[in-house]
Amino acid sequence: MSSTTHPHETPEDVRRRRASRPKAARQLGSTALIYLVLVGVVVASAVLTAVEGRNFFSQGNIWGVLTAMSVLGLISIGQTLVILVGSLDLSVPYVVSLATLIAAGGMKGLDANVPAAVFNTLVLCALIGLVMGLLVSLLDVHGFIASLGVGLIVSGYLATNYQGSHGAAAPDVRLLGRSGIAGIIPTAFIILLVCTLIVTLLLRYTRIGHHLYAVGGNREVARMSGVRTAVPVIAAHVVCSLLAGLAGLMLLSRTGVGLPTIGSQGRYDLLSIAAVVLGGTLLAGGKGSVIGTIGGVAIFAVIDNVMGVMQVNPFLKDFVRGLVIVLAVAVYARRSVVSRPPRFGPDRVLPLPGPLAGPASPTDKEPA
Amino acid sequence: MSATTTAPDGRGARVLPATEGSVVQRILRGAVTPGGAVFLLVAVLFIAVVWVNPSFGEPPQLIRFMGRTAPIAIAAMGQYYVIVAGEFDLSMGAVVATQVVIAGNYIGEDESRVLPALGLMLLVGASVGLVNGLATTMLKVPSFIVTLGTMLALGGLVRYLTGGAATGNPVDSFREIGRGGIQDVPVLDVLPYPVIILAVVAAAGVWLMRSPFGKTLIATGDNPDAAGLAGAHVWWVKTRAFMLSSLSATVAGILLVGYAGVHPSVGAGYEFTAITAVVLGGVVLGGGRGWLLSAAAGAFALELLFSFLNFQEIESTWRASVQGLIIILAVAASGRAWSLGRRPARTSPPPQPSSEQAAPAPSPNPARPGTETGEN
Repeated sequence: MSSTTHPHETPEDVRRRRASRPKAARQLGSTALIYLVLVGVVVASAVLTAVEGRNFFSQGNIWGVLTAMSVLGLISIGQTLVILVGSLDLSVPYVVSLATLIAAGGMKGLDANVPAAVFNTLVLCALIGLVMGLLVSLLDVHGFIASLGVGLIVSGYLATNYQGSHGAAAPDVRLLGRSGIAGIIPTAFIILLVCTLIVTLLLRYTRIGHHLYAVGGNREVARMSGVRTAVPVIAAHVVCSLLAGLAGLMLLSRTGVGLPTIGSQGRYDLLSIAAVVLGGTLLAGGKGSVIGTIGGVAIFAVIDNVMGVMQVNPFLKDFVRGLVIVLAVAVYARRSVVSRPPRFGPDRVLPLPGPLAGPASPTDKEPA
Repeated sequence: MSATTTAPDGRGARVLPATEGSVVQRILRGAVTPGGAVFLLVAVLFIAVVWVNPSFGEPPQLIRFMGRTAPIAIAAMGQYYVIVAGEFDLSMGAVVATQVVIAGNYIGEDESRVLPALGLMLLVGASVGLVNGLATTMLKVPSFIVTLGTMLALGGLVRYLTGGAATGNPVDSFREIGRGGIQDVPVLDVLPYPVIILAVVAAAGVWLMRSPFGKTLIATGDNPDAAGLAGAHVWWVKTRAFMLSSLSATVAGILLVGYAGVHPSVGAGYEFTAITAVVLGGVVLGGGRGWLLSAAAGAFALELLFSFLNFQEIESTWRASVQGLIIILAVAASGRAWSLGRRPARTSPPPQPSSEQAAPAPSPNPARPGTETGEN
């Protein structure tokens, strides 16, 4: 577009035309940036894996990466919604543990119990989300505190009532954990993709999705614009807890028993928040996408995988993870915060420096 | 700061609500704010504990309890600086673990290394805070993410270096800082060093919050853009808050060496306990509101609550649940109270300014909303 020059255009017109171009064309979107980083990480990992004498793109390895993505991915989708609406969810690890315990306890290793157990688990998780949503929206408790509190309550319940592994998954559920397409794509990953698609459509094309962004951007302005601010907040928390429950079921299909500490060991609360921010979503809310979050999760999964291949000390893994989080977010956090919406609409033109500023129209003399 | 003239038409100096009325009135008014209510909560819990277990109220027992609570109270005050500036510090637990491990391995059985070790630990603490602060302010990464990163990185490094097991054992003279005390004090029997350190840290903190730095810190937390436009160096103020937080974690770590062993898991969960205490103290997440000593009182309230549960012989596994319930209730209640404390003051201000009341207030009266934050 900029390569074609019109002979009769003054420099002023060129500037105006350039300024009015949509932002995405001038600047790489943060989602595109995430996937560029992901490609870079994959290339680096492939090289490092090859140095170890193994193939990153082997069937088993891809299966491993995609499986590792699925649980954290599901939780991070929910976390994205909650962060978009301007809240936080620190209760996910305990909800995940609770889900594995309730489901495993309900199934008792029998296929006949599966529907009831899954239903009970998801309803319970949704209820937990509902409680948090009500606390955040109606009682004005900060999401950090509401979810931390609810998480602590659940963790106390877990620690008191469950000492070790509990119940057993039904054979069908276990089979599901091992099934997949062509030995490359696990079923869990397909579930993740479906959830991503549904939530993306929800955010883009439904009223509640738009309200979610509005409330996250500025709750007061959204309220004054006639949005019922409580509805998106509650919906986001319910969906987040539901997805955490689903992630718990997914873990159950792999482990076969309910474990009271499986969620807190996975550190799903902090890692999911890190993945969401890594995916370009503003921690303050109102800006971001689920697609970006999945990219962030993928970056984590690939790095974990390559560290596993290189047999890095598990404690050192945490060190690398922390470093990656800060550095990766630092790379683009700056741009997304600094860039502001134009003040005078799309055709705003900055005052020209030097003698060119003379013949400009009066609107151009406004201070930048 | 004691009086402001808001109108040029001779309505005269209006006294700020924080300074009007007698001392008793001011204390009562302060007690209604969340920052003051936590002291009432401490009193109620204390009475409850003594009611369950009368020996708890005896001075020697009580002062030992204060000694045990000192580390978490100091950590809570450190977290306060960061939270009141509108940020989070999740790296606290990892800093505590780091300091404990440094103490265990560097000092060892060498008596002469105690002072250099203290210097080293403070230096490490300050530099962690500096990194947190600069990454937050210069790289514009949200502090939640920065400190999460330092938490993972530092915690991972410490566990890697120690192999995840307890290593090293500092000399007893170092452990005395957290464990010992001045013997043969009248009434109290023994005055633990942690209590003295807590008092010094609290006094220094109160002085700091009354200094220009403290005022700028609260202003920065309330509205960083406005503070920046008013000439505050926001990045440096916030960075110093992070350094204070890490230094407090360092002091807490030094005290904890005396109580707990030298294990990389010593500080685990400290950040969330500290945040809980701060929030319980009525400090608002998001910044700009709250009192330093309320944060320390929040820590005491939390520990008293746990003592109460212990004496009631409730299973210790329920502690987490009670903690969760309490912080939700406290924040829900304090959210109400802050908004109550702010809005009615405009329509029905206490005693004096009747002229101000009559005016429909077309002009904004500055300094009004922020006044409850300071020294109640």
